[in-house]
Amino acid sequence: MTETADQIFVLLKHWLVAFAPAKWQPLFSMLISAAAIVGGFAGLFALTTILERKGLGRIQNRYGPNRVGPFGLLQPLADGVKSLTKEDIIPRSADQIVHFIAPLVLVGPVFLALAVIPMGRNLVAADLDAGVLFFLAAGAATELSVFMAGWSSRNKYSMLGAMRAIAQMISYEVPLILSAVTVVMMAGSLSTVTIVETQSGYTGFLPNWYVLTPWGLAGFLLFLIAALAESNRSPFDLPEGESEIIAGYYIEYSGFKFALFFLGEYIGMFAISGMAVTLFLGGWHAPFAFLGWVPSYLWFFGKLLALICLFIWIRGTLPRLRMDQLMNFAWKFMVPLTLVNIVVAGCWRFMEPGFARWVACGVLIAAPAAILAHVLAAKGKIHRRVYRYAD
Amino acid sequence: MFGEGIAKGMAETARNFFGSYVSKERLVTVQYPEQRLPQKEAARNFPFLVYDGPAWDTGLRCVACQICEKECPPQCIFIVKDAVKKPDYAGKMQFQPKVFDIDTSVCMSCQICVEVCPFDAIKMDVEFELSTADRFGGLLIQKRELAKPNDYYHKIHPMEAAEVDGRLAVEKAKTEAKAKADAAARATVAAAKPAPVPASA
Repeated sequence: MTETADQIFVLLKHWLVAFAPAKWQPLFSMLISAAAIVGGFAGLFALTTILERKGLGRIQNRYGPNRVGPFGLLQPLADGVKSLTKEDIIPRSADQIVHFIAPLVLVGPVFLALAVIPMGRNLVAADLDAGVLFFLAAGAATELSVFMAGWSSRNKYSMLGAMRAIAQMISYEVPLILSAVTVVMMAGSLSTVTIVETQSGYTGFLPNWYVLTPWGLAGFLLFLIAALAESNRSPFDLPEGESEIIAGYYIEYSGFKFALFFLGEYIGMFAISGMAVTLFLGGWHAPFAFLGWVPSYLWFFGKLLALICLFIWIRGTLPRLRMDQLMNFAWKFMVPLTLVNIVVAGCWRFMEPGFARWVACGVLIAAPAAILAHVLAAKGKIHRRVYRYAD
Repeated sequence: MFGEGIAKGMAETARNFFGSYVSKERLVTVQYPEQRLPQKEAARNFPFLVYDGPAWDTGLRCVACQICEKECPPQCIFIVKDAVKKPDYAGKMQFQPKVFDIDTSVCMSCQICVEVCPFDAIKMDVEFELSTADRFGGLLIQKRELAKPNDYYHKIHPMEAAEVDGRLAVEKAKTEAKAKADAAARATVAAAKPAPVPASA
């Protein structure tokens, strides 16, 4: 029974695929997986928009949307109808073709990135040997669409937004990849399925998740920060910066194209959160051995939603960074720390298991972090401005 | 410590989040169409025309002097004077507006029309739900819709209306006294000259 509940989607797919003629079965199987991912994550997107608006509302002591349906739960539906029926405006001076395909170029890769994320036991659309690499490559492709949108709109705000987005995404791509590298080193594989498998089992009552090691915790935090920046979420939402450049690169988009950008951004967030879950939080594994009977996909989506709630919480708390702060943080803090973290992961790999290993690795990562933070904070101190001539 | 500020901020927002479910004082939002705040005495939104008595058209205080039309900064008032006169509150014959339109889409709620009106005929309303599906005719408010009874004025601005009524009553008494005095004077003059001599005589 537990087994069936756990494998229900896999069994369902096999049952459906059996209807197709043998020649077409592989293609049919792929199509079903793709449809499930697109449908499922679009649903999750709808859920997240309402969750975000309600959550941010509560953080600001407001109610949030509560008009459409019970408790405002049908708000995404109303939003969808609105964006579908709105006039689709293309600026006359815009590059028509590039302007048209930019949202599609965004949505395509982010859905592709979801293909390699194991959402449950045997529940992965494409078990690639280089899954992590594929994910990072697909994630990096979104930068192209952002720049296409910004450039083709022929608007200074969207251009500025696109420039900021490119600078930010490329800068944070480096710590994102370097923090993922530690996990690849420890698991000895680029396959996401293998990475999840290496995190199975329990030591005492604690699971063997990578986040529960010094290098894993540091890697997870660094990955999370980079993920925030990669998905253009607050406090790294400079490319959108409503108060500065209105909506950044998608300022000239309206109607359903705007909705597609919105969708792409959220799906990108799910993908990168899903990757964080896969790499550091044990994927679909249950946190405790006695909870193993709960279907694996529920664990995955539970962890995913928890991360999304964390993202929303951060968005409700932190103000936007300045451009120089953003860049300094990426290159002077994140990149050195991720490099140090790779060394720490190596030490962890070759030291004897035990208390000494914990202390050594903990100090090895905590000390550089503290020193870097201290030095950067001292450098970034605001001094009273001295005017040379006008005094 | 590094990250202390972030932790503090996160704690604060978490307190807000959970607090809003627990304590009602945190949620200050008034759920508008169902709940409404009591109207403020000094609230103002859009002018209306005051009329005395039961009949809206004959009771209008407006005498079509067109001062408000001329003073209105965005020029949203349009008045056409009627040729027929009617008695005002004190019984004096006065002009009346044939057409009195105000364009809501243009009005900026500045209250200058109210301040310049010598007859206390135009006052500010508190009605704010003026949305309409017709953006031409629906936004042009005409004399019939603008005319509202003095009781309504008392209801929305009690202090101001009482003051206006007092002033008008004093003026009315003054006019009546003057009329009486005039009549009396005329009577005395008539008594002094019981037989008016024809001019030609």
